[in-house]
Amino acid sequence: MNAFRILLTASKALRKNPMRALLTTLGIVIGVAAVIAMMEIGAGSSQALQDAISSMGANVLMVVPGTASSGGISFGAGSVTTLSPADCEAMIKQCPALRGAAPQVRARTQVVYGNRNWVPFWMTGTTPAYLEVANWTMAEGEVFTERDVLAANKVCVLGQTLVRELFQGESPVGKEIRLKNVSFKVVGVLAGKGANMMGMDQDDILLAPWTTIKNRVTGSTLQSTNQSASSSSSQDTSGSINTLSQLYPGQASLYPEKSAAQIADNPMPVRFENVDRIMAAARNAGQVQEAIAQITDLLRERHRIRPGEPSDFSVRDMTEMTDTLTSTTQLMTNLLLSVAMISLVVGGVGIMNIMLVSVTERTREIGLRMAVGARGRDILRQFLVEAVVLCLAGGAMGILLGHGGSQLVQAVLRWPVATSPAAIIASVAVSASVGIVFGFYPAWRASRLDPIEALRYE
Amino acid sequence: MELIELKEICKSYFLGEMTVPVLRGVSLQVAQGELVALMGASGSGKSTLMNILGCLDRPTSGEYWMEGREVSVLSADQRAWLRNRKLGFVFQSFNLLPRTSALENVALPLAYGAANLTQRETAERAGEMLRLVGLQDRMSHEPSQLSGGQQQRVAIARAMVNRPQVILADEPTGNLDSRTSEDILDLFQRLNQESGITIILVTHDAEVSRHARRVVHIQDGLIVQGAYGRGPAAAAQPPGAELTLTEAP
Ligand SMILES: Nc1ncnc2c1ncn2[C@@H]1O[C@H](COP(=O)(O)OP(=O)(O)OP(=O)(O)O)[C@@H](O)[C@H]1O
Ligand SMILES: [Mg+2]
Repeated sequence: MNAFRILLTASKALRKNPMRALLTTLGIVIGVAAVIAMMEIGAGSSQALQDAISSMGANVLMVVPGTASSGGISFGAGSVTTLSPADCEAMIKQCPALRGAAPQVRARTQVVYGNRNWVPFWMTGTTPAYLEVANWTMAEGEVFTERDVLAANKVCVLGQTLVRELFQGESPVGKEIRLKNVSFKVVGVLAGKGANMMGMDQDDILLAPWTTIKNRVTGSTLQSTNQSASSSSSQDTSGSINTLSQLYPGQASLYPEKSAAQIADNPMPVRFENVDRIMAAARNAGQVQEAIAQITDLLRERHRIRPGEPSDFSVRDMTEMTDTLTSTTQLMTNLLLSVAMISLVVGGVGIMNIMLVSVTERTREIGLRMAVGARGRDILRQFLVEAVVLCLAGGAMGILLGHGGSQLVQAVLRWPVATSPAAIIASVAVSASVGIVFGFYPAWRASRLDPIEALRYE
Repeated sequence: MELIELKEICKSYFLGEMTVPVLRGVSLQVAQGELVALMGASGSGKSTLMNILGCLDRPTSGEYWMEGREVSVLSADQRAWLRNRKLGFVFQSFNLLPRTSALENVALPLAYGAANLTQRETAERAGEMLRLVGLQDRMSHEPSQLSGGQQQRVAIARAMVNRPQVILADEPTGNLDSRTSEDILDLFQRLNQESGITIILVTHDAEVSRHARRVVHIQDGLIVQGAYGRGPAAAAQPPGAELTLTEAP
């Protein structure tokens, strides 16, 4: 019997009792619909979560200078300044996985407006690209321009908290504030962002061109923000930084003084054009690793680091955050999926039950088919195909229903939904296998009938 | 060589501890082209013998030769092939598939033996058989829409569709009135004479012997009369040589 005729026979047999076929397959319909809906809604929410994570900075990378060490004691990341604004520009130009990059120069000083003052938690000198990198928008006014950066203009942008503390409802745009007796014009106000992952208020911020911060506020970043950088002068690093010398004050230095010749021979790299760190954003959370590789290659080349030598910078990402959040969605999706799978199994048991009833009911038919020449395997195939056709039909209905359901959810509840071809393929495969697994036993029972017994069956 | 030869066929049913011997050494020879009527009292073992002849059941002991081959030792699949190609069964209770058209009922054996036929050839062949039994205008009727006699004719067409060598009919007229019975028996006789098909039929009706060339009497599991026919020479040779079927693959 060819495949087409087998299918025809099976569908004919099922059509003889359409109501029962429908009810039998309902379990599969519901199971597959649940799987499809779960997968689509799950995929949608994980997509939405990815976007949310991106906006929270999961795709943000921090390039920080490497460790300075002195006398076997390292000062921790960022203790030397090896990054330059040119590095930042090269990254923007040469790393395709990056959406943008902005240098950062940090400062911490008092901000005065009228008779009020405040020390913002973050005082960052940067470029206008910072907003894009940090996924930030302006609430009022404009951000300073590239030109301001080049000219080291005394302009700044304030975060919401700072505005609240200093201005109390007044619009700060156009006002003058003072930092270390340097007067800055406020050109814009940032949109509120709230606390970051660590619970720190991100709105307590002042942004200004990095050139201005560096030249007018901190004087030299080397001294105010980096301990080791104070070695820019002829002063010995170990003397001032090595904590051992503070532990035992008054004692002779543990390390021999560097002679003038030594200092001349091994000058600490001093750049006047350097930044504390570079903040970069990958195009999306998935491209973070690629971006790290590109940045590392680029900066090693720019810094002339030979293969095998350690980098004088490091790149950090928010992998932990991303991983945690994606694994949470994954967990939820898997949980729902397993519930849906259970309903598929229940549906399969329903199919088996009805198939067994059907085999008993059709014993005489089986006997007759055997009497006219059907072999055991013909009967087995017939019932198996019936079960599989039933399951596949149920699966098809379930896919439509589940897809419709998730579309409805999207329309009514505004949940994000993403069509998942993998789920559809999996559902078809699963419903076919449910048909085979749960249809096999009844079909096998049918095929084992003795023709004469079956014919005599009342 | 006889078409069918039974040698000392015994059949016993085992009901728990009890053994019920039904056939107790039946020997029978049937030549090609014969029309044999099997008669006997109720419970004498006619249906049991027919089931063995039809390869639906196996004898407890004894030999069943068909065209020089011992069939009682064949595997289930081989016997299924024999039932499909060599034998046609007609039941007292018609045994048609309900809610299935006469045409599809007739085509049923083709589903298992004629994989090479297309859907259309299958329908054509089934239609041809229905024409043969005079039901050309009832092809799409379902069994519930047919009279008893018509149903039995559908069953005969079904038994004929694979052009078997033997048709076994167990009380084919048992559920029919005498006039319809006469029609059915006439049909058998015609098939036997025109197509040369060997027919073995069970009946209670002595009238039937009028249609049969040979009557075999069975009593308490033993053949008491007519075990051996007039021999192959005496039997009408099949005019339908085209009915000779190919051997098993
Ligand atoms: N499956 C069975 N199990 C036990 N005994 C059986 C079985 N089938 C038939 N018999 C017994 O075998 C004997 C012969 O039965 P069979 O059906 O062959 O009779 P029959 O000649 O066809 O009778 P009838 O003319 O009434 O159809 C009966 O006594 C019956 O009780
Ligand atoms: Mg009987």
